[in-house]
Amino acid sequence: MTDVKHHLTDDLLMSYAAGKLPEAFNLVVATHITLCDECRARLGAFEAIGGALLDEEDAVEMDANMGDIFAKIEATNSEIQVTPASTGVFPSALQDYVGGDLDAVKWRPVGMGVKQAILKTSKTATVRLLRIPAGAAMPDHGHHGTELTLVLKGAFKDEHDRFARGDIEVATEADHHTPIAEAGEDCICLSATDAPLKFRGLLPRIAQRFARI
Amino acid sequence: MARIRASQDREAFAELFSHFGPRVKAFLMKSGSNMTMAEECTQDVMVTLWRKAHMFDPARASVSTWIFTIARNRRIDLIRKERRPEPDELTWGPEPEPEQAEALGLQQESAQLRDALATLPEKQRTLIQQAYFGDLTHSEIAANTGLPLGTIKSRIRLALERLRHAMK
Repeated sequence: MTDVKHHLTDDLLMSYAAGKLPEAFNLVVATHITLCDECRARLGAFEAIGGALLDEEDAVEMDANMGDIFAKIEATNSEIQVTPASTGVFPSALQDYVGGDLDAVKWRPVGMGVKQAILKTSKTATVRLLRIPAGAAMPDHGHHGTELTLVLKGAFKDEHDRFARGDIEVATEADHHTPIAEAGEDCICLSATDAPLKFRGLLPRIAQRFARI
Repeated sequence: MARIRASQDREAFAELFSHFGPRVKAFLMKSGSNMTMAEECTQDVMVTLWRKAHMFDPARASVSTWIFTIARNRRIDLIRKERRPEPDELTWGPEPEPEQAEALGLQQESAQLRDALATLPEKQRTLIQQAYFGDLTHSEIAANTGLPLGTIKSRIRLALERLRHAMK
């Protein structure tokens, strides 16, 4: 387990526990929790709140009886699949979306040496893998909505902090930052946004339309 | 749940069904499903419960928490028609003989949490309930209630502080 320093907020963990986040955010949260024991334990507490609320819930009578349920059970033959924990760079949930580990990613250039791969999720938010060359900066950008950036390999620094494998940065509208990948190895991140990023300057803005970032 | 896990006890499952079936259905209806969808999804949750009973670990979650997570995931799958990415499992599933002491400790904590939730101030409890059972985001709750988003977030924060304090 890596030594994670930057964690999920209560707001995100609670919304993940409640099943309220867009699919793209769920993927980033699930990937972080795989790498972070502390957030896994906190998630357990938020799920326990859901359980306690369920226990106190008023009852709505069901149409089905036990016989109906057992008839359905007998009609279902497929085995319950248990996915083993991943030993690669990507946890299993992420591998499901990529179709494999890091070597299976279909990268596309977005300019200035940065590459990305957008993963298919529901449209309410977007998630993509980013590959930033060692020592290079991401285009300077601010945010409309919320942006989650989880480091999977290498590390990046911005004006405030350093982020390495397992660390997650939660940026909101107020934040404006310029992440730079550390020298030594390319930085690979999983990044989700619920609004398009706004780049400063004309050139990235045009690029943005083509690259969907 | 232990009886279902150990010996596929149908009578024990019937008890679970009569307690949780109607509650899961109520949860799904509050989360925006109509009566028919909620009924179908609840039946599916019950089938899943039976089939996954061997994976339940009483040292890790209470029965109601476990059922809540299954209902939540089936809702996303069947009603929102999305995939639900989950963290990798820590181990290969529950121990063959779960630690009695751990399971008991968890049961006591669950009771403590229920009490703590019950004693939250009305306004805070309502918001926590809406955060879990309801199909609205915080901003939509803000629009519906006319409360500023900041107020909603700080009430939820206060509620969580109280719960943390109660669980110490």
